[in-house]
Amino acid sequence: MTTPPSVLTPEMREQAIGTETEPLTMEVEPGAIIKFAQAIGDENPLWNDPAAARKTRYGGLIAPPTFLRNLRLERPELPFDSSFSRVLDGGSDWEYFQPVRPGDRITAISRLTDLQERPGRMGVMIFLTSLITYRNQFDEVVATQTTTSIRY
Amino acid sequence: MPEQLFWEDVTEGVEMPSLIKQPTTRQLVQYAGASGDYYEIHYDKDFAQGNSLDGPILHGALKSAFLGQFMTDWAGPLGTLRRLTCQYRGMDFPGQPITAKGTVGRKYQEAGEFLVDCTIWLENPEGQNTTPGSATVALPSRGSQSG
Repeated sequence: MTTPPSVLTPEMREQAIGTETEPLTMEVEPGAIIKFAQAIGDENPLWNDPAAARKTRYGGLIAPPTFLRNLRLERPELPFDSSFSRVLDGGSDWEYFQPVRPGDRITAISRLTDLQERPGRMGVMIFLTSLITYRNQFDEVVATQTTTSIRY
Repeated sequence: MPEQLFWEDVTEGVEMPSLIKQPTTRQLVQYAGASGDYYEIHYDKDFAQGNSLDGPILHGALKSAFLGQFMTDWAGPLGTLRRLTCQYRGMDFPGQPITAKGTVGRKYQEAGEFLVDCTIWLENPEGQNTTPGSATVALPSRGSQSG
């Protein structure tokens, strides 16, 4: 078995790591929160029932944990032309600092933090790791998401 | 709704009550609409089969949402999710149950919060772990209630 040819050079990695996307901003709407909660089948009143949520320590509806995924940032670009047209979502690591409420304006920026190639059944696969920082209108970090994207 | 869980009541090593989800193709369409992810592999059978799959598969993000619900249900209204991690190792399909499971890990205090780490995962009907993960919640403490 021959080793598949390497695709990433150290120069490509150095050039790509640290690059950031343009920021993307979303206004959080109560209807979008409820629609998302219903779509995942989560009946928790905190993200479904504004009247019940008003009686809690949050004072109103808040977004469920993975709702911020709706801020659909552009995919990080590979630093070279390639036939790696297929994409898999490898997973996410979320950290939460502040609740997200209707009326909040959330801005997300993604920074590429790692780029690795690994052999796979169908040849070389490229693993891209990105850190997405979500800030609200008060410039507070509400959450961060480290996400892995696999190209093959 | 179950009673609120307090940090003092949590025992390390204990199995958490599981959550069974029953995703349907309709739910995958509904999730596509709610999340803005319209990738055809999640609702278009021809497209999925053209990608060597038996049929449409669950969005990875939907699976993390299931694990998020598993944790927020367990933590109760006074609990706060601090961290949620998972990897999409195996494909999961609509039309069959998928079960969120977990075991309680370490209990500790940090920066004034009463925290619990958990090991969590999703299991398919064959009992395979398709989505390994972990989570950290801050729970209310009986000792710190004011007033």
